[in-house]
Formats: sequence, structure tokens, C-alpha cells
Amino acid sequence: MSAEPVILAPAEAIAAPPRFGAWRKLLRHPGVLIGGGLILFMTLMGILAPVLGTINPAEINPTFRNRVPGMERTIRADDGSTRPYKHLMGTDSLGRDVYSRVVYGARVSILVGVTVATISVAIGLLIGLVAGYVRWLDGIIMRFMDGLMAIPAILLAIALVSLFRAGLFSVIVAIVVPEIPRVVRLVRSIVLSVREEPYVEAAIMAGTPTPALLVRHVLPNTVAPLIVQGTFICASAILVEAILSFLGVGIPPETPTWGNIMAEGRSLFRVYPHNILFPGVFLALTVLAVNMLGDGLRDTLDPKMAKR
Amino acid sequence: MESEPVLDIRGLTVRLPAGADRLNAVEDVSLSVKRGEIVCIVGESGSGKSVTAFTVMGLLPRRVLVPTGGQVRLEGEDVLRASPQRLRELRGTRMAMIFQEPMTALNPVLTIGDQVDEVLRIHTKLNERERKAKVIDIMAAMRLPEPERLYQAYPHQISGGQRQRIMIAAALILDPALLIADEPTTALDVTTQAQILALIKDLQRRRGTGVLFITHDFGVVAEIADRVVVMQHGRVVEQGPTEEVLRRPQQPYTRMLIGSVPSLEPRPRAPVSGPVALETVGLAKIYGGGGFLRKERMVRAADNVNLHVRKGETLGIVGESGSGKTTVARCIARLIDPTRGAIRLKDAEIAALSQRRLRPYRRRIQVVFQDPFRSLNPRRTVGASIIEGPVNFGLPEAEAMERARSLMKLVGLSPDALTRYPHQFSGGQRQRIAIARALAMEPEVLIADEAVSALDVSVQAQVLDLLDDVKRRFDLAMLFITHDLRVAAQICDRIMVMEKGVVVEEGPTHQVFTAPRHPYTRALLEAAPGRSFGFGQAA
Amino acid sequence: MFLYFLRRLAATIPVMLIVAVLVFLMLRLTPGDPAAIIAGDNANAEQVALIRTRLGLDQPIIVQFFIWMGNLLRGDFGESFFFKKTVAELILGRLEPTIALALCTILIAVTVAVPLGVLAAYKQGTWIDRLVMGFSVMGFSVPVFVIGYALIYLFAIKLNWVPVQGYQPLSQGFGGFLQRLILPSVTLSVIYIALIARMTRASVIEVLGEDYIRTARAKGQVESKILFRHALKNAAVPIVTVIGLGVALLIGGVVVTESVFTIPGLGRLTVDAVLARDYPTIQAVILLFSLVYVLINLAVDLVYTLFDPRIRY
Repeated sequence: MSAEPVILAPAEAIAAPPRFGAWRKLLRHPGVLIGGGLILFMTLMGILAPVLGTINPAEINPTFRNRVPGMERTIRADDGSTRPYKHLMGTDSLGRDVYSRVVYGARVSILVGVTVATISVAIGLLIGLVAGYVRWLDGIIMRFMDGLMAIPAILLAIALVSLFRAGLFSVIVAIVVPEIPRVVRLVRSIVLSVREEPYVEAAIMAGTPTPALLVRHVLPNTVAPLIVQGTFICASAILVEAILSFLGVGIPPETPTWGNIMAEGRSLFRVYPHNILFPGVFLALTVLAVNMLGDGLRDTLDPKMAKR
Repeated sequence: MESEPVLDIRGLTVRLPAGADRLNAVEDVSLSVKRGEIVCIVGESGSGKSVTAFTVMGLLPRRVLVPTGGQVRLEGEDVLRASPQRLRELRGTRMAMIFQEPMTALNPVLTIGDQVDEVLRIHTKLNERERKAKVIDIMAAMRLPEPERLYQAYPHQISGGQRQRIMIAAALILDPALLIADEPTTALDVTTQAQILALIKDLQRRRGTGVLFITHDFGVVAEIADRVVVMQHGRVVEQGPTEEVLRRPQQPYTRMLIGSVPSLEPRPRAPVSGPVALETVGLAKIYGGGGFLRKERMVRAADNVNLHVRKGETLGIVGESGSGKTTVARCIARLIDPTRGAIRLKDAEIAALSQRRLRPYRRRIQVVFQDPFRSLNPRRTVGASIIEGPVNFGLPEAEAMERARSLMKLVGLSPDALTRYPHQFSGGQRQRIAIARALAMEPEVLIADEAVSALDVSVQAQVLDLLDDVKRRFDLAMLFITHDLRVAAQICDRIMVMEKGVVVEEGPTHQVFTAPRHPYTRALLEAAPGRSFGFGQAA
Repeated sequence: MFLYFLRRLAATIPVMLIVAVLVFLMLRLTPGDPAAIIAGDNANAEQVALIRTRLGLDQPIIVQFFIWMGNLLRGDFGESFFFKKTVAELILGRLEPTIALALCTILIAVTVAVPLGVLAAYKQGTWIDRLVMGFSVMGFSVPVFVIGYALIYLFAIKLNWVPVQGYQPLSQGFGGFLQRLILPSVTLSVIYIALIARMTRASVIEVLGEDYIRTARAKGQVESKILFRHALKNAAVPIVTVIGLGVALLIGGVVVTESVFTIPGLGRLTVDAVLARDYPTIQAVILLFSLVYVLINLAVDLVYTLFDPRIRY
């Protein structure tokens, strides 16, 4: 093959690469900064709960029930020594320390949020890719997903937890199942639009086998939207977990979760609103932070979706 | 009456936002439009021609593009200094504008009559009956059939040409002194374009409107303009009477642009007698038909197409939108499955092969797509895109890279550019890369699907030459799909004309251009703008 | 149009069939024997076997499914294990409060959210826009029961404007009915407002970038008319769509809100049934809510034609 230039390209120089600005843009977005910072704070709070001046969050103390925030008392450790302790957020109707329960409660919320997001995105991605690329399976899968989507999410989650023994695992499963069809739809729609792109057709013409085609040309397009979607799933999972616990069908009441603390505080709400106030504020702040992060990620990673 | 120009632009400068590739979108532009005159601003993409037009209308995106100097006088009044209120009064009454995309320029949820009537409701105190009469009148003047019925229709129910007539009706209903037309025929088929151009010219003569006509197409300029303003990079390069500028361009840039317009005169070509590389027999693609509880319309996108291309030959498939030319190309490339018919690659029959069985044949047919901005994966380096195919077929990566380097040189790009990403290249450069990618597979058949349509005219000529050259160099059979007769005349050995999914005429290029047999072919040729000027023959 | 309606109605059948299969299988997946649950803790094996035969639980699973489906189609949802009534009776008794709550919520949400979204779009990038969007993110983030308790605390306990909790049927007087309905409806509408306002804003902003808006400006049209005459009708389809899809959120919210405000509706029934593992009731409620959801979205599809002449059936 001779390789002399035949027709020279126009005199215009090949453009210099633009600065790689995506990361910098991300770290400059106020939503990402504030949201990310708050999430980091809540996560650290959950992890470091034992050293944040907490006492055993499950310890029941009949003498100090329903105390208002700020009440001080002396507690006795296992070795018999005593020290003063201040119930910053008061105690609940079983005498448990609300502050300790709230701090420990961050663990379940963050864990559920992250786990549900990861699992549902992973499963949804797999099914979505199959539905988008295997034509004969597409119809079957999507009809099934339509059916699943027709059941309102919280209702489906409530019904699913009723099937299993209450616990962290069953709650996660119950929240994951209704989220999957939403991820599947997103992935499938991306696959369907990307496979029309001329560069994918060019790859088909280059004889690229389907699995490689999906991995090389289609999959990279799903990353940004899925990170964004995953963030929003995380926010909604934290909310749904709290709702399930609040309704009394979620994680067993002795485990400190924000939903459980509030469920416990329901009956005496009129007199002691702090049992709902404190976990409520932490829950709302956490979900808000995740949502802000999600909006920020969408603005920077996925400008096409940001319009929606 | 003659003295005062309708539009007089002096020293106009419009600043671009910070971070753009140049300081000003438009710099020190001066031009004028007299009563009853059509002035064309012509230039390639990024020349600032549209910005100029939008500045006159006061429709620049706020805070993004800001006029920083000069005057724009409409009948003596400086619109750059007019209040928003005053500008609104002027729009629709003294100046009006029509746009490139008649599809999207009309509101899809309002009736056509309503949208023409809107101008009257804004600017006049006529009652409903008077307004309706006036709207029907102007619609009739636009030679729209059954204006009474069309009044109630919605934009999606009428054709692209009719939509543009509606736009013109709304623009001219209050007899503005100035009509700005921003590429009004670019989105239309060539035969429709000819009708719209004739309509604008006729109306403008009769009403004495001054027209500022924005276009990139010298054919259109030759067809319609009294005077021409050539723009490049936001500046006026040259202006003067059409005859003067087109026949005796003074500036090298203008000369280059005009020289790049392909001639309608076919190049002389000897018939090719090599073996047949590609053949179709009774090829058809039919969509729809059947359906549960619904009558689905059956669309014959292409029907009974018989073609053959010899080694070293270029067969052009020419037609307007909806003619089925691209469907044929995509069937042959097996990007879509033909409904029936045979596709023969030398002796192999590939029309009905499963994707798996088809794979060995993929290498032998390659495609260069229309849109250079979407045909390369933005996330992969140019090198990775070029070697993907050869590596798929077992070539070691190092050898494939070596082949890519020599191909980059062949298409006129530096081999060092292989490590770069597509966004670092211009449209013309990307199309060169796409050609290199196709050649890397060492194909027997190359399909160019509107491969030069998205390019500016100067770049178009170069890519066209490159395609012709690689065809000769590698003795390829080339299938060249285009809507542009000028392009087809330059590169094709034989031409097939398609209309509504069927082939209406076929023959050697010279014969089709000089002695067309089918009335549709004749109509296409007659509609080609700027025929009288004989572009590209000067040399 | 009518043909289209029939076709769409027919298209909901497979969806509902899948829902039915899912719901049926859910019951079969339960750990433990439904017959044993019905029979109670101190029943002997013989009694359990009798109940099993009576309910057809000894038949093959396919047969059971068809028996169950047949019963459903005749309006027989079975008998509640827990409430000792037929499920149909149970549901009928709980219908009014839920319908009242849902309708009132939708009314509040749409009248507040759409103007808010249009305003934000029109004032895009200003502090008004940021305020609306900020409220919207908050609305998504604060759990419905926290909002509920906050409102109860403020308006019922501190200000004493409305009763704390409970429900009064419409038949006992409109005033009391509304007084007790207003707080739960406002509570429930917050997330719905957030959703609709956000979509309205996005949709209007997108439409404002369309070519025909530029055409209207070129005609000399004033901005207010451009917004209401040209933009809003074009933006309507995604807005209506999200109102329909949001019904899923609404149903979820009903369950929680009824618990917070102790309203004896279907949501409350759902929670009680789940806590009591009363499977026939759970099944019926899920089926009913899903059917409502699917039908509402069918209606939404038909509403499209009002806004967009391109959609013709």
C-alpha cells in the first residue's frame, strides 16, 4: 500500500485538546460540595458512633422514660464506676437515649441507601442491556417490567417485607425490587438510542461481535446516567426504609434506625415531639444531601438529562 | 424614493461570550438593502451570517451575544437603540423573518390560520372577519391550495414546502419593508426549493420588499440575488452585484469558494468494464402492514431495486428525501434486513444471511456515513476506531496500527493524530478519518452515504477528490448516495435516479445529465439552482 | 379515537395479568401455610386440612391460580383472615376517605405546582427560580410523615386551627369533612408539588428554546402571550404524564399519611393487613391500587389529544 499524502487536509491545524475539566467542574458545583460534605458527615457519624459520646442505644431504662432533651443523670458502667451523662436529645418511652439512637441510626440509613442503589443499578443494567439488545427477549422482559411498575413502589415494598421475616436483608430486597424496572427502562432507552448512532453502526460494519459492541460502545454511555440515577435511588431508598420502619413493618424496633425512633415516638408525639423532631431532621438532611449530590452530578456529568 | 435604503448596517460588531474561539461573532460589518432588492449574505458555517440577521431583528440570545458597536438602520431608525417595546412594534410590521427549518418554526399545537392571524392580532385592530379574509387572501397569494381548508389544518398535516409558504405568508401579511430569510430553502428538497425561491422572488418584485437572504449555497445566490455579500470569520470579505462577484471575484477567498462549487457538467469518464463486484436483484424493503386492532400503513421504502457496480466504478444513487436511496444503501450494508430480493457480493449471496454467518462478509463492504460528528465514538481515540475492524478479523494490534498510520498519511492527516479524540478534529478531518477506517478493512465495496453533505463547500470538494482518488487507488466498487446533483456529476460513472422507493432512470452520468429520459430526472435537473452560471467550469 | 381507546384498554390486560400473577405468587411464596394461619394457633391438623380443602389449597398451583382469577373476576376477593369479613366489604368501607384524600391532594398539588413551575421557568436563573427549585428538592427529601407531624404540631397543637387527627365522612357535614381533610391533603401534596413543579419548569424551559418561540418573537408577540399561548400548551404533555406517574407516589403517600392522621382508609387498611399478615386483604389492596394506577395512566394517554393535535388515534 503506498502511503503518500494524496489530498492534503486543509491548512487548519488539528485543534489542541481542551483542558480536562469534568472533575474540576464537579468539584466546583455547590450541590456536589454541600451534598457530598453532608453525606460524608453522616457516614462518618455512623461509623464513629461508638466514640461520639454515645451509650448503648438499645439499653432500656425504666426509671428515665420520656425525658426532655438536656436532662442530666449519672450512669453506671459495667465495672461499677459512675460518670455524669447528659441526654442531649432526651429519652424515649423505654428510657433509651435518643441521641445515641439517632447517631447509630445513620448506619442503617446509609447502608440501606448505598446497598439498594448498587444492587438495583447492577441488576437493572444487566437486564436493560439484554432487553435493549436481544430483540426477542425485549418484549417479554418489558411486559414483565410494566407489570412490576404498575404496582406503586412503596406498596410493593410493604407487601414484600410482609412475606419475609423482618430484617435488614428483607428490607433491602423489598426496596430493590420496585427500583429495578426503572433502571431497566433507563438502560434500555439508552441502548436503543445509542445503537442508532452511526459510530455503533460503523462498529457493526467493522465486524465487532455483539458482546464487545456492548462493552466498548454502548456501556460507556450508561455510566453517567446510571451514577445519577443510582444517587436518586439511594435517596429514595433511605426514605422508603424510614417509611417501612415508621409503619412498623421494617427493621425490628430494637435496632436503632431513624424510622424506628420516630415510630416509637408516635404515640406520645403531642407531649414529647422531640422523638420525631431529631431523627426527622437527620433523615431529611441526609436525603436532601443525596438529592443535592444527584442534581449536581446530573448537571455536570449528564448535561443532556439535566434539561429534564 | 430610490435614495434611502430599507436596511443600512454600518460597522456592526457583535461580541461573543468569553472563551469562544474568537472575540467577535461579527466584526465591522457594513451592508445595505435597498427597496425591491435581494441581497444575499453567503458564507460557510461560522462566518457570522446568521448572527448579522438576528441582530437586525433584535433576536440575539440575551446576554450571550451583545452588539457592541455600529448602527443598524431600518428605514432610517437605529434598531440597536430602539426600546424592546419599539422593536416588538417593528417586528412583523416593518421587518419580518423566515427561518431554515419550516418543520420546527411553526407551533405544532396551533392551527396554521391561527399562526398567520397572530401577526394581525398583535399589530392591527381589525375584527375577526376582516382578519380571516386577509389571512385567506395572503394564503392564496402564496399559491397554497384550498386556503379555507388549510386555515384549520395543523403544521404536521402539510408538507415542508407548504409550511415554508405559511411562514412567508405570516412574514409578508403586513407588507414589511424588509424580509430576512435565513437559509429558508436549505431543509427543502431541490424541486421544492426551486418553487420557494421563485415565490420569494415574485412576491418581492411585486411588493417592493427589500430582502436580506442568508445562504451557504452559491447556486441559490446565482438564482436569486441582486447583490452578494461574502462573509468569513465574522467579517465581510467582498460585496458587489451578483454578476460581478460570481464571474469576477476579487478576493482569493471568494474565488476559492466559487471554485469549490461542483459543476453540473459531468466529467468525461470512460465506461468501466471490470468484473461486477456488487449486484442486487429485486431488492425491497417494506415497512409496516398488519397490526392488531389497527390499520398499519404499509410503506414501500424501496422496491424492486436492481443494480450492479463494477470494480473501479462509482454508481451514484440520486434522489430527494423519501426516495429510498439511503434504504437501499443500508440494506446492502445489511444494517437493516431487506424484505426480499438478493444482494450478491461477487458470487456470495448475503441478503438473507444471519448476523453470525454474515460476519466474514462484513469486511468486504464498508460505509462512510453522513454525519462526521456522530460516526466516530467520542470516547475512543481515532486510532482505536480505525484498528477496531482489522483487529476483529485477527490482525495483530501492532500491524493494524502500522496500517492505520499509513492510511492516515494517505487521507492527508498526520499519523501522530491517531492518539487523539474525535472532538479535536474538524468535520472534514473526521470524514477523512472515517474514510481511513473504512479502508483499513481493505473492502471491495465502499458505500458513501451522503458522505459530503454535511460539509462546507470548500471542504466538500477536497473530501470528494479524496474519495475519487481512493476508489481508483484500491480499485473499489463505490456506491455513492447523494441528493446533490452537482456532487453526483463530479464523481459518478453511472447514475441511478430514485423516486418514492423505485428506480426511475439509470444510465451513464453523461447521458443522464445531458439527455434525461424520465420527467422526474428532468425536473430535478431543472430545479438545480444556479444552472445558468456554470460553476466550476472556469478552470 | 374509540378504536384507540379499545386498543389501549386491551393493552392494559396483559399488564394487569402480570400484576395478578405476581400478587398470586407472592401469597404462595409466604413462609408458612395460609391454612394454618387462618385456622389460628390452637387448631388441630384436621381443622387445618379442612380449611385447606375449602380454600382449594390442595389443588395444583395452576388450578389454584385459575380458581383465584375466576373468583376475582366475579368480584370475590376472598375472606379476610384477620377482620373476619369478606375483603370486598372491607375495601368498600374504606374507600371514601382515601378517594377524598387523593382527590383533594391532586387538586391542591396541580393548582400550586403548575403556576410555580411556569414561574420558575420564566424567571430561569433568578432567585425566584432557585427558590422554587430549592423548595422542590426539599419536598423530595423531607419524609411525608415528618411533614405531617410538623403540620399537626403547628396548626393543630400550637395554633389549634384544625383537629389533630381523624376523619369525618362527607355525609356528616362538609365543614367537618374539609376541616379534617385539609391537613393530610396539604401534607401529602408536598412531594407531588415538588414533582410536578420540577417537570413543569423543565418542560416549559425546553419549549421556550424551540424554533417556533423564536418565530413568535419575530412576529412581535409579547412575552406573556408567548408563555401562555405558545409555550404552555406545548409543555403540557410531559406535565400531564408526570401527574399520572406521580399517582404511584401519591398511593405510597396515602399509606403513610393515613397512618399519621389516623384516617380509616385503604392505606391504613394496607398497613393493618400487613402487620396482621392478612394475605387476601394485601392481595386485594395491591390489585386495586395497581388497577387504579394503570387506568389513570390510560386516561392520561387519552388526555394528550387535548393538548397535541399530532397525537391522533
